[in-house]
Amino acid sequence: MRGGAARVLAGALVVAWSLAPFLWQMITSLKPVAEIGVLPPLLPSRPTLEHYGAIFAGYPLLRIIFNSTVVAALTTAGATGLGALAGFALAKLGVRYRGPILGGVVAVSMLPPIALVSPLFLAINAAGLRDTLAALVITYVSFSLPLAVWLMTNFFRSLPDEIYIAARVDGCSALAAFWKVMLPLAAPGLAATALLVFIFAWNEFLFALSFTSTAAARTIPVAIALFPGLHEIPWGEIAAASVVATLPLVLLAVVFQRRIAEGLTAGAVKG
Amino acid sequence: MSLEARRRRVAAAFLAPAGLVLAGVTLFPALGVVWMSLEQRALIRGAPEFIGLDNYLRLVSDPRFWNAFGNTAYFTAVSVALELALGLAVALLLSRAGRARPALYAVVLVPWAVPTIVSARMWEWMYNADFGVLNYLLGGEFNWLGSPLLALHAAILMDVWKATPFVALLLLAGLQAIPRDLYQAAAVDGARPIRIFLGLTLPLLAPVIAVVLIFRTIDAFRVFDAIYVLTGGGPANSTETLSIYAYKVLFQTLEFGYGSALAVVVMLAVGLAAVLYTRMLRGVS
Repeated sequence: MRGGAARVLAGALVVAWSLAPFLWQMITSLKPVAEIGVLPPLLPSRPTLEHYGAIFAGYPLLRIIFNSTVVAALTTAGATGLGALAGFALAKLGVRYRGPILGGVVAVSMLPPIALVSPLFLAINAAGLRDTLAALVITYVSFSLPLAVWLMTNFFRSLPDEIYIAARVDGCSALAAFWKVMLPLAAPGLAATALLVFIFAWNEFLFALSFTSTAAARTIPVAIALFPGLHEIPWGEIAAASVVATLPLVLLAVVFQRRIAEGLTAGAVKG
Repeated sequence: MSLEARRRRVAAAFLAPAGLVLAGVTLFPALGVVWMSLEQRALIRGAPEFIGLDNYLRLVSDPRFWNAFGNTAYFTAVSVALELALGLAVALLLSRAGRARPALYAVVLVPWAVPTIVSARMWEWMYNADFGVLNYLLGGEFNWLGSPLLALHAAILMDVWKATPFVALLLLAGLQAIPRDLYQAAAVDGARPIRIFLGLTLPLLAPVIAVVLIFRTIDAFRVFDAIYVLTGGGPANSTETLSIYAYKVLFQTLEFGYGSALAVVVMLAVGLAAVLYTRMLRGVS
């Protein structure tokens, strides 16, 4: 079968193209210092973990990972929570001007970060929040809200109105009906939204670069971008830090690929 | 109070938290940046002074602005076109991958999951002129990031690697939404695969393609992270995009007025692109 063979070849090419850059970073992270600037061999003669030891020993990487985790977790909770409340109202409570509100949400999501970085920088300085995790969480919640509102509106819309009405008829307040009945049913949507928001917050760079100045609030992307080198760029250590920063995300993406695909396509295709 | 009025108050209470955050942290600063773009405002020296459109007049005669504008437009046009073509190929492959699909899907998702900054560091290392694996494999001595002509294309290649999965995912969802019997009818009519693709698949996929174009164009036009790490805008400003230039004016020379004017231009350009594409989307669907 000619078509079959061509398909296998195309598949192999796609696999190589998708994985090779990251695999090369992993290989580099395992090479002894002496072999990093030497090709061939492609593979290390004896794999070593010295770069991993170096980034944790000589560098506040643990603190930085802690920062990123706290910021991403709080952002996820904030944006998903506020997004669920607003999405529920837009989908089920007969909000007037629903169309214009959703249009406005989409328009806000298009605002480029570079346009907001200067006023936010001044506001954060004035509020004494420079170099704090709070500054990042506030900014990230707001920046991921349009996506969260949009996704949760779509997920709540896919639930039948009758369920909400029945809960209200049974005597639930609006908040109780939302919390006890609707939210559990929207769990898959919540999960998809939370995953996308978490990944956004974990990866964000421009605000983190502008609003932080020390390891007290620096996040992983900033640390990797500004990795200190005394004389030369420490490629082995950068590679090790890259692998540490990326593996959790790649695992999340592979394990939850269904949810992520749902979130991405609901965020786009229904638009 | 009428039932209707009560319902509206409940709805408003559910909407208020998100609305307040969006207004305070996004809309208000968006107005702020427009206001600041009308000011002479240096971060370290004295009070800001209102100067009307002077920053925009300066921008029009600033060759570095036009260079950044050209770079951004070129970067956006070429990378989005390549991502669309490659993404469509990958989506078609995935849609016919049968039992291999879940595994292949997971693999395709990897570049999307890699943080942009990490991706930039990875490519920077592969592009390294002396120790880079690309020059080793190609047996050449390309100065990928050191030559003005190559550097912008190196940045485009990196963006294509990172963004193609997103395009492929959306197009795959679009492909799967096409009813199967349409294909069967076409096959019964004896249509050749290429005719089915051009006459059936592409037209039905057009709305999804338009959405992909909106998302990718907006994202590519405001590109910052990847280029900031890969080249910092160099060599000789050959990869300096509008966001990079605006950032340098804001945070390196601390000219908040002029930097804000540059940022407003990015905002306007992105908005304009969104409006044009939305018109186009209405046209195809």
